Amino acid sequence: MINIFEISQTNEMIEREHLDVRAITMGISLMDCISDDLDTLCRNIYDKIYRYAKDLVKTGEDIGMELGVPIVNKRISVTPIALVAASCAKTTEDFVQVAKTLDRVAKDTGVDFLGGYSATVTKGMTAKEEMFLRSIPQALRETSLVCSSVNVASTRIGLNMDAVRLVGEIIRETADMTKDASGCAKFVVFCNAPDDNPFMAGAFHGVTEPDAVISVGVSGPGVVNEAVRRTAGKSFDVLCENIKRISFKITRVGQLVAREAAKRLGVPFGIIDLSLAPTPAVGDSIAAVLEGMGLERVGAPGTTCALALLNDSVKKGGIMASSHVGGLSGAFIPVSEDAGMIDAVACGALNLEKLEAMTCVCSVGLDMVAVEGDTSAATIAGIIADEMAIGMINQKTTAVRIIPVPGMKEGDVVEFGGLLGRAPVMRVNPYSCEDFIARGGRISAPVHSFKN
Amino acid sequence: MDKIIITVVGKDRIGIMAKVCTILADCGVNVLDISQSITGGLFNMIMVADMTKADVTHRRLSEALEEAGRTLGVQIKAQREDIFLSMHRV
Repeated sequence: MINIFEISQTNEMIEREHLDVRAITMGISLMDCISDDLDTLCRNIYDKIYRYAKDLVKTGEDIGMELGVPIVNKRISVTPIALVAASCAKTTEDFVQVAKTLDRVAKDTGVDFLGGYSATVTKGMTAKEEMFLRSIPQALRETSLVCSSVNVASTRIGLNMDAVRLVGEIIRETADMTKDASGCAKFVVFCNAPDDNPFMAGAFHGVTEPDAVISVGVSGPGVVNEAVRRTAGKSFDVLCENIKRISFKITRVGQLVAREAAKRLGVPFGIIDLSLAPTPAVGDSIAAVLEGMGLERVGAPGTTCALALLNDSVKKGGIMASSHVGGLSGAFIPVSEDAGMIDAVACGALNLEKLEAMTCVCSVGLDMVAVEGDTSAATIAGIIADEMAIGMINQKTTAVRIIPVPGMKEGDVVEFGGLLGRAPVMRVNPYSCEDFIARGGRISAPVHSFKN
Repeated sequence: MDKIIITVVGKDRIGIMAKVCTILADCGVNVLDISQSITGGLFNMIMVADMTKADVTHRRLSEALEEAGRTLGVQIKAQREDIFLSMHRV
């Protein structure tokens, strides 16, 4: 029998500490939509997504209401479009037409984002894949709910530096083509991208996945923050134990929601993503959790260690609470979406180099980082290459979502609104990496041991 | 059994319990257990109920209770027991 204390604790976590389920994402395979005729492909895509996801939003709202816990986002991820549209797309405009179809079905199903305008070019690019990559800026300009991602590196295959160079140009072009470079907020470049990530902008439904799945991203930095602050002055042993306990509880909510959604929608349960994801709301901040451990400001010495223990403790608590854990499963440190991170950048405590160090111990990488509008494509590619190398060597997922905001200078603030928040423009090292990036080619996979 | 937990929190006044129980009876919801306290004028009640024979959906019941809560100046929530069991039981 449940007791009063347990009921009150749950409701306190929901009402005062922002406990929510961040996203229910339905992954849908589009492999059976493939056609050599563009109109047929678009019709197949629309029909299949609509058929599977038409009740997704209502189901999410019903479950949230019955359990009394907010389910913030309902989303769709699809098979990478570079694969699905390869046989019929003859021009970049053809790919954009597929993006517009995705945008239309996303709006008609009522979801907040649809991910999967994506390509995997880890070792090399086909001519169609290169054409697809070049279509991304226009696709992001002409759609509002479609998210795009490109995987350019992996630990087993290596780092495609031709793709890194091209992605630098794509980000530059997207920034110039969309208002306040907002298209860049919907584009992410990956190393070791997971096939089952439910979080945007990097969600796509990998080819290893079944026809359709329901995956859930749990959250709750506010709840973890309270748990951390209750251990003030106590040892790391107590701190880690408290984070583990609270993570178990948070994850169980996600597991319950995922199981229920899967049952009601008639789609198998995929995974729970354990990532702690902040929102711009006060108190719902990863930075606040780190500062609660005893750092004056996030970015101070000790920050990387604090983030590492946070990330690992969340996983240790969460893994036992769920039957399948997957996706990114790590703390997110997006600058624009976290009030504490924004403050730390504004006061000079946190810079791009420290953020890069932090990404070595957590997912997902340099996320929602705004830089000066005149940052060159080569410099952006250099930042991406560094981040990809961290992921490749350390056998982890890393990503870059960077926004060069036209006309803005260091210290300016760009407003994206909603969950995307506002980003202070950060300083980029002014020295050039032009010749390094211009080399092109591949960097082969790293040696990890001589296993045979 | 289809158990729900109803929580009522707010300033104490006459008729809170009567109103909540009337709504539950009208909706065909059976009350299994009640725990109530009043500390410093703050009314706090937790009720366990069974919706197996209810003739309304969870959404309709929640809306009726929320509406009553607004009239009474208290916050009323009806949640499935599952969320508490999931979080607090291994």
